Amino acid sequence: MSTRHNRVGSKILEKIEEMEQRAKSMGVDMRGSQPTPGNIRGGLTTIEEKSLGAIIKSGTKPINGVLEYGEQPSGRGLYFMDTPGREIEVLTGLASGGCQLILFTTGVGAPQGFPLCPVIKVSGNRHTCAYLKEHIDLDVSAIISGEGSLTEAGEKIFREIIKVASGKKVKAELLNYDTNGVNIDIYVKGPVI
Amino acid sequence: MQKVLIINENDNVAVAVQPLKKGDEVDINIKNQEGIDKIRVRQDIPFGHKIAFKRIKKGERIIKYGQTIGKAIKDINEGEYVHVDNVESTKGRGDLVEEIFKKSK
Repeated sequence: MSTRHNRVGSKILEKIEEMEQRAKSMGVDMRGSQPTPGNIRGGLTTIEEKSLGAIIKSGTKPINGVLEYGEQPSGRGLYFMDTPGREIEVLTGLASGGCQLILFTTGVGAPQGFPLCPVIKVSGNRHTCAYLKEHIDLDVSAIISGEGSLTEAGEKIFREIIKVASGKKVKAELLNYDTNGVNIDIYVKGPVI
Repeated sequence: MQKVLIINENDNVAVAVQPLKKGDEVDINIKNQEGIDKIRVRQDIPFGHKIAFKRIKKGERIIKYGQTIGKAIKDINEGEYVHVDNVESTKGRGDLVEEIFKKSK
């Protein structure tokens, strides 16, 4: 591993430590909110399990840098952004960081889009893909059922990226589920409780 | 189609990729290990939830993705449902800090 990647590794650990310290300084138990009740219904037991799942989903390429909330990356490749946990806050941070297309993976099902850029919703849970089919853009549940490979799912996602970048509307745009008139409760400094 | 998925060879829990019923028999197929063990499901387990395929004693770590996802707060038998009733997180526990603070007073 290069020195740069060692630095990135230390920075990620620092970010995790900061989050834990915030929870501890507030005397709160993160278990009250993370994993969320929806995560728990879906089978996630602890924040460690949820986070490890998220790490696995990010793939195997080295992480090139750690970004503050809303910060723009200075180069190409994979970056980690320190965002709060709620969907709308994540999307806001990524858009502020310069994302022009966001891929959002969801298990039990999150419907949100975002007004500034298309959000492609991806799920590997076949039940979610069935009951939220009007919200989920890509069904990659074949990986779990064994009917398809990870590579095939990756290619399916890549093809969709090209289509959306070429003008295809994502489901959140078709449903107008990107502004939603909600009060956006952005950037809670502590854990999401 | 397999009924459970073991992500890493060091794991002690598997994910149900089909709903499991008490009494079902499932194959435990670990990557890079020869032979398939069978275990009996002791409780109904919903799709996407976890089953222990090894005995895990109270206080021991629950391993998934080859990493610790929490610790057992009860003895867990193989074939049992593993979730919030028998596992707790060890991260971000501001409540434990509070307990330590109270004890120190």
